[in-house]
Amino acid sequence: MSKRTFRIWRGNAEGGDFQTYEQESSEGMVVLDVIHGIQAEQANDMAVRWNCKAGKCGSCSVEINGKPKLACMTRMNMYAEDEVITVQPMKAFPVIKDLVTDVSWNYEQNKRIKPLQPGKPEADGDYRMAQEDIDRNQEFRKCIECYLCQDVCHILRDHGKTDVFVGPRFMHRLADLAMHPLDTRDRVPEIVEEFGSGYCNITRCCTDVCPEHINITDNAIIPLKERVVDRYYDPIAMLGRKLFGGGKSSENTD
Amino acid sequence: MLDVSEIKTIEHDVVVIGAGGAGLRAAIEASSRGLNTGIVCKSLLGKAHTVMAEGGMAAALGNVDSRDNWKVHFRDTIRGSKFLASWRMAELHAKNAPARVRELEAWGAVFDRTKDGRINQRNFGGHRYPRLAHVGDRTGLELIRTLQDHGIHQGIQVHMECKVLNLLTDADGAISGVLCLWRETGRFMLIRCKAVIMATGGGGKCWKITSNSWEYTGDGAAIAYDVGAELMDLEFTQFHPTGMVWPPSVRGTLVTEGVRGEGGILLNSEGERFMFRYIPERFASETADTIEEADAWLTDDKNNRRPPELLTRDVVARAILAEVKAGRGSPHGGAFLDIANRRDPAFIKKKLPSMYHQFKELAEVDITKQAMEVGPTLHYFMGGIRVDADTQETAVPGLFACGECAAGLHGANRLGGNSLSDLLVFGHLAGSGAADYIEGRRGDKAAEFNPEVVAKHVRAATSILNRESGPNPYLVHDKLQLAMQENAGIVRTGEQLKEAIAQLTALQPEVDQVKADGASQYNAGWHEALDLSSMMITSLAVAKAALMREESRGAHTRLDFEGERAEWGNANVVTKKGSDGEMIVQREERPAPPPELEAIARATIEELESGTVG
Amino acid sequence: MNSSTLIGGHKAGLNTTMRTDKWWIGPLLSLSILTGFLIYATWALIQGDHYWVADTGQGFGGYLSPFFSPVLLVDPSVPGAVPESHAWFGTFPSWWPSFIPASPAVLILMFPAMFRFTCYYYRKTYYRAFTGTPPGCSVGALPQKNYRGETRFLLVQNLHRYALYFAIIFVVILSYDAVQAFFRDGKFGVGVGSIILTLNAIFLACYTFGCHSFRHLIGGSTNKFSCSAARYTAWKGCTKLNEKHMNWAWTSLFWVAGSDVYVRLVSSGVITDYNTWG
Repeated sequence: MSKRTFRIWRGNAEGGDFQTYEQESSEGMVVLDVIHGIQAEQANDMAVRWNCKAGKCGSCSVEINGKPKLACMTRMNMYAEDEVITVQPMKAFPVIKDLVTDVSWNYEQNKRIKPLQPGKPEADGDYRMAQEDIDRNQEFRKCIECYLCQDVCHILRDHGKTDVFVGPRFMHRLADLAMHPLDTRDRVPEIVEEFGSGYCNITRCCTDVCPEHINITDNAIIPLKERVVDRYYDPIAMLGRKLFGGGKSSENTD
Repeated sequence: MLDVSEIKTIEHDVVVIGAGGAGLRAAIEASSRGLNTGIVCKSLLGKAHTVMAEGGMAAALGNVDSRDNWKVHFRDTIRGSKFLASWRMAELHAKNAPARVRELEAWGAVFDRTKDGRINQRNFGGHRYPRLAHVGDRTGLELIRTLQDHGIHQGIQVHMECKVLNLLTDADGAISGVLCLWRETGRFMLIRCKAVIMATGGGGKCWKITSNSWEYTGDGAAIAYDVGAELMDLEFTQFHPTGMVWPPSVRGTLVTEGVRGEGGILLNSEGERFMFRYIPERFASETADTIEEADAWLTDDKNNRRPPELLTRDVVARAILAEVKAGRGSPHGGAFLDIANRRDPAFIKKKLPSMYHQFKELAEVDITKQAMEVGPTLHYFMGGIRVDADTQETAVPGLFACGECAAGLHGANRLGGNSLSDLLVFGHLAGSGAADYIEGRRGDKAAEFNPEVVAKHVRAATSILNRESGPNPYLVHDKLQLAMQENAGIVRTGEQLKEAIAQLTALQPEVDQVKADGASQYNAGWHEALDLSSMMITSLAVAKAALMREESRGAHTRLDFEGERAEWGNANVVTKKGSDGEMIVQREERPAPPPELEAIARATIEELESGTVG
Repeated sequence: MNSSTLIGGHKAGLNTTMRTDKWWIGPLLSLSILTGFLIYATWALIQGDHYWVADTGQGFGGYLSPFFSPVLLVDPSVPGAVPESHAWFGTFPSWWPSFIPASPAVLILMFPAMFRFTCYYYRKTYYRAFTGTPPGCSVGALPQKNYRGETRFLLVQNLHRYALYFAIIFVVILSYDAVQAFFRDGKFGVGVGSIILTLNAIFLACYTFGCHSFRHLIGGSTNKFSCSAARYTAWKGCTKLNEKHMNWAWTSLFWVAGSDVYVRLVSSGVITDYNTWG
């Protein structure tokens, strides 16, 4: 047991400031435990989102000492005993109150993405997919929608380009669909035009902060950019398509 | 007096309360029937506890072992439930689960595959054959994300971070509306509707050590009870045998049964594989009794019997408790769960990635090198709102329930993997049940409710903020959890249960006078205080039902009434609200089972496979 | 509240952050190393001398600096140049403009430069270190009126695939150079230089064949690996290299510069190459 010093941003859309709290922390605790302690003993009305407390639901996304993190997966022993721990709401989204932000924009983006359109199943009614064909999808589908990648992405965070770029979470959702062995949609045009793949300059902060260790940059965004190159920027590939046909969803017909 | 007309009012045909697997599936069904469907959920969409389900969803697809079919699944479910499951629900569940799983695949779920490219299935406690369609150890996440991504394109309106306070009924007692509170703004909202589907999950937060998150406060049961629905089987609270026990802050967090399904074994502090000493008579013929046979099962599950670690959850949970009580527990009061010495690291990381991750980050334990420390944790409510098997309708016209908050499928004990399929099968049925009700029986009558009742409910909620002083809601919650943890735990006595009821009753005045500081906007203390009333009703109902059932069956273990008693073998405990607001708890005999179903359930596995029965 | 502080206690503007660690070390190192490399490479290019080591300069064999390979045109009069017979197209023509150094590196260095410039890894590095978009994760980016990312000017990055095709040719050529480094006047032997140039070819190959574009072309473009076991195996191999793309990028960069330094020092007689030719 030891007393730890926390600086937590308290306030709402109109304004606010950091408040300092001293709170007991015991062995094995995570930042969220201490925040809960403060909430129960010192600041009953403090707002913080959380659910599973095991890194599986992605609710407790905040910024701890400037880094976007899940409060439930950030162990107190990462910090020195005398270190002041600063906790803030995510920067990329509007603050509702204290540590809670309005993440509804993300839900709107998801809605814009067309759902899977599978072909016909086999005669026995089952689809067939080989494990090696879906390993990539399964990596993306580990996503817990904590939106830390969206928060850290400078395109949304600093440049506020929410109108032209969907952010890393939905780039890899698109990658999931584009690489899905059953999907029959041609998604490349909208990936560039609607969802703004070109805005990403692959500075890979999204990958760095992902609590599920999804390699968003190398496995989702860059492969999508390469598929875009196939379609629009590779004269040889374009010529090949002219000569030998293919084209629309060539990814799923070979 | 408060002017109810100033509260924002919207309309839906169907309101689904809860956005876990059951709620989403129900909403998708209702919406596909052309109904204006809304979902109200306390958290953000996609955060419900379904994401914590790890092992898989049970469906007799027969992809891995072609001997599997609905009858074997049905038999496993009934036997696992200690013959207390609803026969019809167990039948519907076993028959419909495969179709529900296949449909998920068309909606984008990406299950692990067999060699020939079909959905892979894994072994799990209580299931005769490998039956659980899964995605590593994050099947629940896959399920909820698939339903979410499919559902958002079905025109379903989702009201997130919105807490349902009360259901409203018309003059005939039929559902006509819902009173909610926006957590974000602290404003109230009224929804005028024709039917409500409860899908709120369980009430694990009434205990100190639980795998459940803050949301699981028994809202569905309590709110439905309040308008006249019956509750059933609440004494059957499942303690999952393997929750984390260290560090203290994550005590209770789930460790998937998949660890044992993939070969993990339980050891006591003396290094003994103790489960062999706890094999119940009923399962003796289907369980390995030597380490050699149990180990051989890992590579050849057709010619060897299952290891005792995969016995039903109640058996394993009690065994761990007994070892701890006998002084053979692990340092932090649990048992050791070892997979490190059973499988190579690459296998463990591939099959149990989120367990690897969870222990590494929360307990600084590398499960590919060290054993985990595990102990029982309150995990699941087998009981809940009593429903009709085919339509999922409750005793209240227009009120439906599905998923964990409904009772019936799991009887005295739920098999692992049956909950995810439960969500899908009965979510689907609840959606169509509600649609049938609206299209047929209900007719065109307008949804009316009494504004005075609304005003009363609103005042009850706001008085928590407005009163001058009162007990701290967090501390009241602590007291409630302690009362249940100590007196209504994994093993119970009549004395303890009476003590629980006494403590809860004594706590009622504090609950009534609780005070939340601060303003109404996203006020965590207020939300905590509002949940207390649900937890009080749920806890009391559990304790009273447990006191009434004087036997030990499944998840309900009475030290003062050991063993199953014939006189309780065909009876349920039903709880409802009396006309004066008092809680009525009564025993109800079950109707005789359909003979053909009973024959299947009681047949030996050989008879079933040879086709002489069923 | 401070005027530069936003709701949530965040700060606005370039390099602002609440991070307490030394986040700036990474970009600062990248900035220094890349600048140093550019300066050295430009200097070496302009010098255009001492890039070749061979005892008599006759017959098969010798050390050729990777900065200058392949030698398309040569000015044999320069000290440490390859003999005219080693140049693919002979000597620099008489009309060669005097303001462009008559250095073999001038003709070829743009290809590897383009490969590295458009590389998905280096892009991250120099966007962080040079253009502050952003300087670090959750560190304030350079404020821009209208951030365009790689949609306008930087569409040029889509040429990476073509740069890759050239890079593969260079891997072949540099591998040939590595073989050549084990010979002197047609006689087999081993020297420190042969090992350095061999490693250079290996590191460059690991960098090139772990390239994201290569990974896409070799297999990543398909959605059904199960249809081609060969492509799947190749893709998995490439993925292994790709996971360490950053390491290969830096290793090969250091090594290629180091190789030039080594050949230059031996060629100009500053140091002696230990070898078996004596």
